[in-house]
Amino acid sequence: MHLHKYEKIWLVFGIASLIVFLSVVGVSAFSQDHTPAGGMETIDPKKVNETAPFDNPGVTQLDDDTYQVAIVALAFGYTAPELKVPVGKEIVFKVTSTDVVHSFTIDNTKVNMMVVPGRITTKSYTFEKPGTYLILCNEYCGTGHHMMYTEIEVYEE
Amino acid sequence: MIAVQDRKLALWNIGVAYAAFLIGTLCGLLQVFIRNDALQLPAWLDYYQILTAHGVLLALIFTTFFIFGFFITGMSKSLGSFGPKVRLFSWVGFWVTLLGTVMATAMIVAGEASVLYTFYAPLKASGFYYVGLALVIIGTWISSFALVGHYRVWRKNNKGQLSPLFAFMTITTIIMWIIACLGVVATVVFQYIPWAFGWTDTIDVELSRTLFWFFGHPLVYFWLLPAYMAWYVIVPKILGVKVFSDSLARLSFVLFILFSIPVGFHHQLTEPGISNFWKFLQVVLTFMVIVPSLMTAFSMFATFEIAGRKNGGKGLFGWFTKLPWKDIRFTSIFIAMAFFIPGGAGGIINASFQLNEVVHNTLWIVGHFHITVGTPVAMTFMGLTFWLIPYLTGRKFTKAMKMLGLVQIITWSIGMLLMSTSQHILGLLGAPRRTAYSGYNNHPSAMEWFDGILTNHVTMAVGGSILFVSAMILIYIVVMTMFLSPKAVEEKDLVDFPMAESDMSRTPKWLENWWIWIGLAVLLIAVAYAIPLSHMIQHAPPGSEGFKTW
Repeated sequence: MHLHKYEKIWLVFGIASLIVFLSVVGVSAFSQDHTPAGGMETIDPKKVNETAPFDNPGVTQLDDDTYQVAIVALAFGYTAPELKVPVGKEIVFKVTSTDVVHSFTIDNTKVNMMVVPGRITTKSYTFEKPGTYLILCNEYCGTGHHMMYTEIEVYEE
Repeated sequence: MIAVQDRKLALWNIGVAYAAFLIGTLCGLLQVFIRNDALQLPAWLDYYQILTAHGVLLALIFTTFFIFGFFITGMSKSLGSFGPKVRLFSWVGFWVTLLGTVMATAMIVAGEASVLYTFYAPLKASGFYYVGLALVIIGTWISSFALVGHYRVWRKNNKGQLSPLFAFMTITTIIMWIIACLGVVATVVFQYIPWAFGWTDTIDVELSRTLFWFFGHPLVYFWLLPAYMAWYVIVPKILGVKVFSDSLARLSFVLFILFSIPVGFHHQLTEPGISNFWKFLQVVLTFMVIVPSLMTAFSMFATFEIAGRKNGGKGLFGWFTKLPWKDIRFTSIFIAMAFFIPGGAGGIINASFQLNEVVHNTLWIVGHFHITVGTPVAMTFMGLTFWLIPYLTGRKFTKAMKMLGLVQIITWSIGMLLMSTSQHILGLLGAPRRTAYSGYNNHPSAMEWFDGILTNHVTMAVGGSILFVSAMILIYIVVMTMFLSPKAVEEKDLVDFPMAESDMSRTPKWLENWWIWIGLAVLLIAVAYAIPLSHMIQHAPPGSEGFKTW
């Protein structure tokens, strides 16, 4: 098959760029642990309220530098009383749903988690600035989808 | 001119496409006004109902019917008139698809299916909505097999020859489409329908999402490849040159069979149930599918330069000014291509694994959609419509219509530029997609999103309104060229189907050995999906009951 010289240059340049992009993404993901939200844990969607950690949703301190935040999403809100976490500490969010698919998305952060019934989504995040952050649902979940929100307060220790 | 029965078939397909386009764009207009709190819907109509109709009628129905109208015309032109069996099955396919469309639309109107066109479980619509969607797919399969049958007859009569480029590309698109649909058919037939009618109690949500996205990404290539066909086969003819390279055009198309399917996880990057390894593997495969698009971009600009130089263009860029800018058939498609440059780049961002967290399910995605399927694909279809309908009806494409076509293309470009830029920026700021008015009780963070010059509510509404005006101009052109424009009597008034010559003398024969490409595609799909999918099924949590939250 005949390839024009300029086409060869163009394709080499294009494919090399793609390899560079992928390497940046891959190295950042697997050597610096910058992976998107996920997790392989499952849960019975009908027994969420009696299954740890969702039987006691909210903030739990795991050790000096780590906090866990358990959240249950449901149409159209989050059962997450008093969300207050310190700045500069690792916060592990664990979210599940008792009804349809939602998201748990914190504005101005990289926390953007799909919440799927039957599954537990996990994301670790460290806030750099104190303040009150808007949490919202960005996966369509019904008539009240655009009213599904809450807040999290990040305080300085 | 092609056989009159084939013309009728194509015209019915295109007619239904534009009926869907009319309703779909009207829904779009309503949305921009509801989103900025300027319009209150009556109690019996809900924002998400309109949003579902907008998505289904434009993304699924307009595209599908138009694509088959285009395929039927081009296949009849390049391979000869349809035989009676091909014609019969094409009609059966058409009616089945239409029946499915009507069923699904009726359920949306009745408020029984406000689940959007992605219909994620466990939102539970009426079972007839899923049956309607299944019929749409089955109808396209029947129409597809009719075209494959037509192609096989031609192959039998022309042993050892490569098929014409248009036919080759049609068959490529159809092969990809049929493999892709297996995912959505599996989930709709085995999961949704039994569950929606109450034959099973629960549904495995993550599995249904995964099967949907097995189909969801190649679906966008099902829209894009017919546009690419126009770029490869129609544009050179309009410019008065040959196809730049027949073998490269064919190679880029078969690469789409390979790489457009095993990539669905890049729509599921922020969700549980799929490990990072498999997500990343499909990200890599997603990047592979960029390669044939790079080849296409090169071929296009090479074609432009050859044509421009032939017309006397000098110097490094002089050829650019020598392109037929006044020819609406060309200008429309050129603008469509130009929109695909940021559209494709945005797609690379979306697929970039952890970078996806920044944009996932924000308005950025909506903006991306509108500068990929909403302009490069849709505007290419518009550019085809201008001459395709007069070609099929034997009417004139009058000067007035050409002027209107230009106005239509320019308004669509301006409207889309305003609306999609606004959507992209809003998405980066964090504004969610698929929402009615999203002020979150006047939350200061949400109010900030809408503060900018380009991101305020007015810009998007102005963009949306211009788009609607443009859509109505197009509907006017469609009605005129279909029913009212004067018949072309003289030779010079006859509208032609511009199909470029393609030099096949150096094209290797193995490119048209479909079993190679189907085999490799199946292999890649197995690599990308077999392990994570079987893990998902074996470690499934208890299923979900249905919810009607609207």
